Amino acid sequence: MEITAIYYLIPALVMFCCGVYGFITRKNMIAMLISLELMLNAVDINFVVFNRFLFPEQMEGMFFTLFAIAIAAAETALAIAIIINIFRAAKNIDVRSLNEMKF
Amino acid sequence: MDVTIPILILAIPLFMFVFLGLLGMKMTHKLAGILGTAGMGTVMVLAYTTAFTYFFSGAPEFINAAGERLQYVVFDQTWLAFTQNLVIKLGFLLDPISAMMLVVITTISFMVHLYSLGYMRDHHGVYEHGFQRFYAFLSLFSFSMLGLVVATNIFQMYIFWELVGASSYLLIGFYYTKPSAVSASKKAFIVTRFADLGFLIGILVLSYYGGTFNFTDLTSVPADGIANVYQVSEGTAASIRDLIASNPAPTFLGGSVLTWALVLIFMGGMGKSAMMPLHIWLPDAMEGPTPVSALIHAATMVVAGVYLVARLFPLYLMEETALVIITVVGALTAFYAAMVACTQIDIKRVLAFSTISQIAFMMVSLGVARPEIHHGLGYMASMFHLFTHAMFKALLFLGAGALIHAIGSNDYTAMHGLRKHMPITHITFLIGCLAIAGIIPFSGFFSKDEILSSCMGYDWVAYLWMSMVAGLTAFYMFRLYFLIFWWKEHKVPEGHHAPHDQPWTMSLPLIILAVVSCVSGFIPFGKLVSWNGHPYDFMAHFDWGVAAVSLVVALAGIGLAAKMYMHENTLPEKFRNAVPALWDWCHHRFYWDELYMFITHKIIFNSICRPLAWFDRHIIDGTMDSFATVTNKASDAIKPLQSGQIQMYVWWYLIGALALGAVTVICLI
Repeated sequence: MEITAIYYLIPALVMFCCGVYGFITRKNMIAMLISLELMLNAVDINFVVFNRFLFPEQMEGMFFTLFAIAIAAAETALAIAIIINIFRAAKNIDVRSLNEMKF
Repeated sequence: MDVTIPILILAIPLFMFVFLGLLGMKMTHKLAGILGTAGMGTVMVLAYTTAFTYFFSGAPEFINAAGERLQYVVFDQTWLAFTQNLVIKLGFLLDPISAMMLVVITTISFMVHLYSLGYMRDHHGVYEHGFQRFYAFLSLFSFSMLGLVVATNIFQMYIFWELVGASSYLLIGFYYTKPSAVSASKKAFIVTRFADLGFLIGILVLSYYGGTFNFTDLTSVPADGIANVYQVSEGTAASIRDLIASNPAPTFLGGSVLTWALVLIFMGGMGKSAMMPLHIWLPDAMEGPTPVSALIHAATMVVAGVYLVARLFPLYLMEETALVIITVVGALTAFYAAMVACTQIDIKRVLAFSTISQIAFMMVSLGVARPEIHHGLGYMASMFHLFTHAMFKALLFLGAGALIHAIGSNDYTAMHGLRKHMPITHITFLIGCLAIAGIIPFSGFFSKDEILSSCMGYDWVAYLWMSMVAGLTAFYMFRLYFLIFWWKEHKVPEGHHAPHDQPWTMSLPLIILAVVSCVSGFIPFGKLVSWNGHPYDFMAHFDWGVAAVSLVVALAGIGLAAKMYMHENTLPEKFRNAVPALWDWCHHRFYWDELYMFITHKIIFNSICRPLAWFDRHIIDGTMDSFATVTNKASDAIKPLQSGQIQMYVWWYLIGALALGAVTVICLI
């Protein structure tokens, strides 16, 4: 059996949808952050796959993925910091109760 | 002629206005006053130089071989060029009347500057609040008035005409914390502005059909040989008339285009010169400081209307109707103002009505002037009376200012018997009264007599009417004189100083103007000013019969005033009770102000302004308000979308993205 691009893309799509689903339904901000990472990783997989199958002689997709992983790490650190601060202020990280930013 | 001096004549007052207006508050009161006065003194010297050069140098650009005086355009600079044909220029026109006006304006203005140094402070020598501002405004006024008289075209005249209106507004409202002064300044501005609407329409009609703004193109022909020199010519005026008549222009209410243009221009003159029915602003304008009344509302600005008619006189000669209107308006105003002046209590009001009456004399004199009547004596007489009246009326106003300054009230009831306390004021005021009454040899006698002579040459009804007004003039002026200086002994209120004469800065202008009023009648005016520049000896036209009659009439007026007011008696009271209705009408100025109030408040406000206000409030504002309401409602309705629930936003985003994707897919398929 030959492994084609579709074998990679379908799990990536599943991962992305799981991420979206989690991002919308989880109440806990940490869980939302994990879902976000899931979506990001699905996109990373897509980058690598398209690079590998469509333009095998080039490396941009790979590098972009590495770059995204580094950014994601930084971003996670930032998000965790924000969440900790929110928790200090509101004693709570339930996203549904944090609706101060409305009209 | 070199342009330096003419430019300086205009530039120095303008510079003084800017300088004192911007830096006045940084310097002391005294310095500001002295600078303003020195500036005006310089301008006076320069104007005298210019006028004497014009009249007496005999240079070919001023007078031709036949001895006729010419119009010389010193410079004429393009200021605004709208199109090739529509160009507005600013220039300096030197001719007999503008040279004469230069002398009048700068003399009176300098006297008033000097006088104000003493007047605009209280008895302890403390300067009034806004003293520097006062001098800045005086300079602005002098600049505007000088620009007006030397205008080379009717549009320049209009510009400066509005500037004198604005500076008059500023000076009437000088005491801006006093409500009566504020409303008087607004009244003056609105009434004259209304008249200027007519003036502007007149200018537009005349220049549209006549094709030019320039006075020299309207009334003169270029003189032979020398550039920029023109000679007043009836032929040019006639060709302008024919040019306008050759247009297929419609007549309006039976008047031709030229008649309407000239009458509308005269309407502007009526507003500035306080002719009936646009006279109502001038008595109220006395709310301003007295030197301002002397300068603006007696001697210079209010004669601008006379000057305007004189400037366009050859054109007016082409339209009998316009001249008749001027005569009738002038005659009615002269009589009306003289009647009212007989009953006023406020001495400045008496002088204001006397001013209206005397300006009406000048208007009548222009209205009856014809080349065939004593070589256009009326024109010369009008300008002569303008000159002498400026001097003696400024004298009377400054004298009244001295009295008001000493007594602290405008009413003669607070004065009485002041002749011993204020001898200088008394003598100079008496000279002013004799001059205005027309007693030989004071200046008013000569100028008024020539007006009456030219009325005589025109029509005997006009002559009798104006003689009667001359008699009234003598009566009301001496009524005022006797009530101020005689009547009964002056009682000094407890704890007050006796009134006394003023400091030299106030006395000197009085004395100078009194001397001028004594001698200026002997100026051979006919040799200097005439309607077409052609000199003549007016003594040759001097009618001894008219002179004798006017002298007798004036003496009768004075005698009657002396009988009634010299010593305290009940005669005035009896007279008043004998004709109460007449007295009331005169005292209330024939209810003109009430009529205006009725027309504006009851008719115009109710029938025009209220519906307009309703339309504005309900239709215009309503439309705008409903826009705002709809926007508000819409934003209220969609506000809950901004819930602060971040996951709701993601939902919406997702739905949107899917919808876009679906649309794309459908389109691709």
